[in-house]
Amino acid sequence: MKETPNSTSAHSELTRPQSKTELFTTFSKMALKGFGGVLAVVQLDLVDRKRWMTQTQFVEEWSVAQIMPGPNVVNLCLMIGGRYFGIQGAMAALAGLICIPLVLVLALAILFGGVSDSPYAQGALRGMGAVAAGLITATGLKLTHALPHNAMGLGACVLFAVLTFVGVGLLRLPLAWVLLGLGSLACGFAYYKLARATLSEKTGSQT
Amino acid sequence: MTVEMTAQDFWNLFQQFASLSLLGVGGSITSVPEMQRYLVDETHWLTDLQFTSSIAIAQASPGPNILFVALMGWNVGLNAGGGLASGTSAWTLGLLGVLATLVGIMLPSSLLTYNATRWAHRNRDMQAVKAFKTGMAPIVIALLICTGWLLTAAHHQAARDWPLWVLTAGATLLVWRTKLHMLWMLGAGALLGGLGIV
Repeated sequence: MKETPNSTSAHSELTRPQSKTELFTTFSKMALKGFGGVLAVVQLDLVDRKRWMTQTQFVEEWSVAQIMPGPNVVNLCLMIGGRYFGIQGAMAALAGLICIPLVLVLALAILFGGVSDSPYAQGALRGMGAVAAGLITATGLKLTHALPHNAMGLGACVLFAVLTFVGVGLLRLPLAWVLLGLGSLACGFAYYKLARATLSEKTGSQT
Repeated sequence: MTVEMTAQDFWNLFQQFASLSLLGVGGSITSVPEMQRYLVDETHWLTDLQFTSSIAIAQASPGPNILFVALMGWNVGLNAGGGLASGTSAWTLGLLGVLATLVGIMLPSSLLTYNATRWAHRNRDMQAVKAFKTGMAPIVIALLICTGWLLTAAHHQAARDWPLWVLTAGATLLVWRTKLHMLWMLGAGALLGGLGIV
């Protein structure tokens, strides 16, 4: 089998959450650090700091979280919490993600209600929005490092990524079309490549 | 702004967001036009300004972006209670609104995701599950880059907005290539914006 970050050698360095409390506090901390979306922080903390999963595993989980309906980060936290501690783990992670940020956002809304006419406040929101956009783009760029390990091959990955960008970013096609159209093409191609890899592995081991 | 709302209206609010829940593939931000149609145009529970500022404030606040939905519920409740100045009754209705919108948007999708992903994890060695994850990887990465691009492209007046683009590009490079803490960058963004430089 080809060497991928999924193989056992990488697994041995991974850790896991010790308790539901750790899930709650970890997701609380990530949520509080995540301005303009939590995904960038989740990637950094779960993969680089906590080492609960590899970069490749993260992209896989993220793909599923993305394709399921509902907020992506909520889906991701339900999946990760549920993986380790079942439904209670999922609830603990979700509570961590939502509770404190909800109190903060309500407080901010009340405060902002008083200064919403001020050009300074509006300017600050504008500036922070621009930084947040950069944050999201950079997270996507970081995750491209997982693509050379993809079984479809780098060329096909780049092609699908570029087509997705053109479809959603430039042509503004509805997301559902792109996911259904390009998604099923990509999954079909991946199925074909994986099946061929398994086949050659079998014939290879016989000789 | 004050609106009249009955218990039935709060239930309708919940149902409306619950029905949007399963449509929100790729994040609930894709359902924003539909929410605006319902809350602003159809029921008049929110003003246009309240609607857009709900989204902007949620983005400036830490935490998942989905909290913009909670702020919409909060503002609907406040309007029903006669505004923040009316005291406890308005606060209570505000929280009731938060409950209706936030639980509504999350409950159906969460139940589906939790059960579907448990199934996928138990069958993770199945060829179809592997193919799905392999095939979707480049697409979801591109979607992420798209989101950043679309947020930037929303500011499309080159003469006025170019400093904003430079700021976004700079932040992208810094996050991608350095380990500088993002709070510093957000602070810098707020400062540059507040001073009117970007």
